Amino acid sequence: MRSGRLVTLLAFLLVTAALVIMPAERSGWDAAGVISFLTTFATTVAIYGLFVLGLNVQWGYAGVFNFGVAAFFLVGAYTAAIFTKGPAESEFVRYVGGFGERLDLLPFLSSGEWLPFLVGALAAALMCGVLAFLMSIPTLRLREDYLAIATIGIAELMRNVVIAEEGLVNSQRGLTGIPRPFGSFFDPGDYKFVYFGIAVVLLALVFYAVEKSIRSPWGRVLRALREDETVTAASGKNVFAFKTQGFVFGAVVMGVGGAVYAYEQGGLSPDTFSHFSGTFIFWVMLVLGGSGNNRGALLGAYVVWGLWIVSLQLLSYPMPEVLSVRIFYLRDLLLGLLLIAVLLLRPQGLLPEERRVSIWVERLIRRHPLPRREEAPAASRGE
Amino acid sequence: MALLQRTIAVPLRQREGLRHLGEAARGAGLWALVAALFVWSAVAETQLFVVGVIVGSVLALGAVGLTLVYGILRFGNFAHGDLMMLGAYVAFFALTGRLVGSRADVTLPEAIASLPGATVRLGDLTFGYGLLLAMAVAAVALALLCILLDRLLYRPLRERRAHVVVFSIVSLGVAIAVRNVMLLLWGPNPRQYVTGIFEARQYWFDIRLKTDQVFIFAVAVALAVLVYLLLYRTRLGKAMRAMSDNVDLARISGIDTERVVAWTWLLGGSLLAVAGVLLAVQAQLDPRLGFALLLPLFAAAILGGIGNPLGALLGALVVGVAQETSVAYFDPTYKPGVAFVILVLILLLRPRGLLGAKV
Amino acid sequence: MAASTSNGNVLEVADLVAGYGEVEILHGVSLRLGQGEVVTVIGPNGAGKSTLIKAIVGLVRPRAGRVRFLGEDVTGLAPERLVARGIAYVPQADNVFPSLTVQENLEMGAYLLKGRLRERLERAYQLFPDLAARPHERAGRLSGGQRQMLALARALMVDPVVLLLDEPSAGLSPKMVELVFAKVREINAGGTSILMVEQNAKEALKLSHRGYVLSMGYNRLEGRATELLDSEEVARVYLGD
Repeated sequence: MRSGRLVTLLAFLLVTAALVIMPAERSGWDAAGVISFLTTFATTVAIYGLFVLGLNVQWGYAGVFNFGVAAFFLVGAYTAAIFTKGPAESEFVRYVGGFGERLDLLPFLSSGEWLPFLVGALAAALMCGVLAFLMSIPTLRLREDYLAIATIGIAELMRNVVIAEEGLVNSQRGLTGIPRPFGSFFDPGDYKFVYFGIAVVLLALVFYAVEKSIRSPWGRVLRALREDETVTAASGKNVFAFKTQGFVFGAVVMGVGGAVYAYEQGGLSPDTFSHFSGTFIFWVMLVLGGSGNNRGALLGAYVVWGLWIVSLQLLSYPMPEVLSVRIFYLRDLLLGLLLIAVLLLRPQGLLPEERRVSIWVERLIRRHPLPRREEAPAASRGE
Repeated sequence: MALLQRTIAVPLRQREGLRHLGEAARGAGLWALVAALFVWSAVAETQLFVVGVIVGSVLALGAVGLTLVYGILRFGNFAHGDLMMLGAYVAFFALTGRLVGSRADVTLPEAIASLPGATVRLGDLTFGYGLLLAMAVAAVALALLCILLDRLLYRPLRERRAHVVVFSIVSLGVAIAVRNVMLLLWGPNPRQYVTGIFEARQYWFDIRLKTDQVFIFAVAVALAVLVYLLLYRTRLGKAMRAMSDNVDLARISGIDTERVVAWTWLLGGSLLAVAGVLLAVQAQLDPRLGFALLLPLFAAAILGGIGNPLGALLGALVVGVAQETSVAYFDPTYKPGVAFVILVLILLLRPRGLLGAKV
Repeated sequence: MAASTSNGNVLEVADLVAGYGEVEILHGVSLRLGQGEVVTVIGPNGAGKSTLIKAIVGLVRPRAGRVRFLGEDVTGLAPERLVARGIAYVPQADNVFPSLTVQENLEMGAYLLKGRLRERLERAYQLFPDLAARPHERAGRLSGGQRQMLALARALMVDPVVLLLDEPSAGLSPKMVELVFAKVREINAGGTSILMVEQNAKEALKLSHRGYVLSMGYNRLEGRATELLDSEEVARVYLGD
């Protein structure tokens, strides 16, 4: 276990070091530039952290194998966008909604600066929750590998809808000009620090909410459910109701993440929500950081995104052209290999699940058939 | 007491009976639906039906391999589509010796295409024996790769008795890795084995088909039948099915299960290569095409019944016809959505598919 | 037909220690099976009876102790190898291949042997006429008793020297239990030595030569089957009503 802690610490330090030193060296040790860079980095980590937390609730706690995170990412981001943007004005840009200007309902509090964004985020969360609920009806009873394929399918379907329906959210061309909360109060140069603050506060709130809920009686049933579905079901708890609740909860968090992402980016396009950048990357973050562990989820987001940014930084160093053209493929390849390596070599991730919460994930991934009574262990009973 | 037992037992038996009836009804309904789809599509949208059968045959090649591995090794290989495409690229490399370079391709001095007459068209087909040779090379390469992946990744997981979910996640990692290897070695731009425009031929009922497509259909049927015969008529096939039922029992019957696993990957890998090459013949070589096929492939395999190669063929034809016919009524972007709808419906109503064994 | 060690034992187990994960179930169990004998191991739930059989056959790795078959050390060998040497095992549950037919199940039993398959199949059908009546029926559709017979038949396809049975009467009606035990007697009469683990102690001991009583992973008693059947202590604690 001690060597495990060392690995975690090392990973964290190495990534942090690279993140600080590389841009510093590149920009000629310009402190302000580095701080600006790091702030943007940290904001993205916070936003992705929301997604990984949501995924942790769905998978790490409720045991739902959601391989269609991109669907919630997409729905959350686009919903927030159409709630905060003004109405569609030209014939080349067509989308539904556009309530941004109409939501300036409390003029004395300059509500135009924050109310639409709040409403947008709430709408995003709601839409994702509804989507999760609708999805759960047909799919949650399926076997895990079938559920995975079904969720992949739903994410693809969502993307197809966005691309096919011209008037929905401007199809392949995407949306631009998504405003930012409190945007007009600050200089563009200073704004990133403000948004960083917003993102971090939101992350802290969500983190607190998830931690609280997981230690609540509801959370305890969820955990007991993962340990042994049959036993929990026998004690009268409706297994699917709890799984659905966990699934919806996680989806709501992802919806908020989508909204925060949309405001920060200012623009959206369907390519962002591909399987790789909308689902896979979050799974790598969660698995690396530690499934079933909220702190692990955030650490995973930090390390993976850190590696991602470092690889981008590497581009500015002189290297043979054969490498520089391909650096993105190398990076994606390494991400795939990283996932495989973690699952094979250290399946519990960097921050193992707190034993106090449960050992479910560890048992799932490295199943030692622990006998319940002395003789017949679960595995030998033809489980 | 006995009276109570009898009153409770009877409704239970009736319930069982009703359940069987319901199952049978759903099965019959599903077959009727499939028949209706084929008949209606063939009559109302004939050209689309033909395209659907073509697409279905390509899918079938992949689905037969997928159903073999899924049925025997009990895990859905999410890297299947990308591995198929890898097979296509390996054949491409064997045939032309090309890799992507900075400005232009890097080409090996000698490759299969340089053999005498290798690129001479076989009859009306667009390719010569060179491609078939390259396909064989790819089959060997993919078979070895699959066995290697099994030794490195899946066997340790089997030994740890990891949950089926973990296999799936790992295979997703493999999919990502394979896709990027293809991008690294051959670049993102689509390629063809043979360049040029080729004429389709006219058949009865105004059906237009390229000879390639007839060839693909024939190969798909042949492979499905061969794999079926393997599984149900040979000793190895029975051992595979036994292992899929119960690994421990297979071992204590004397079956060397690791050997059987190796054979399964050998066959699966070869099927991947053949499927990939023919896919590329029909469509093109494109690193991103593999993952896009994942949903239709799984839909086909599950619809047909996991583990049954004839079912996979049938399922693939259904998915193909359904997808292509849908173009007449929906935006073509929704084609994968059709596969998805089929998948979900099957999983909800009759998870064992058309020809799958009763669960 | 069968060889044996110089002391007449076909199977010897010495101080076997085994368990699952972090839990140790057997803390040093010993027994021997003589040529042509039927030996039954009885004991309460949790005694380690199933684990013992599994450790002998290689499905559970022993942590200490020795298993000797025909004088040769076979401790911890993989099950496939033991079958090749002449040890057959019938598990308690999931002991047939449900998606294979009766005949295919038998063929799997003879997987290692090249040739004379027809002969062996005929012999199996002779011994188990109930199976001969339905050779192409899927094993998953057989009744509990028929399945048990098929499981036995499958194990016998290799003409084993030693047959290991894990609770052959489990889940069967009393009539089926009678039939199964009659079969076991018949098999033993054909020359196969049998080591059985049983919950139904009385019936099992009635057809055995010797018996062992296991408890909490330790040997507790051993002796001739008739002695154990007569023993008051055993009767009270282990034979039940």
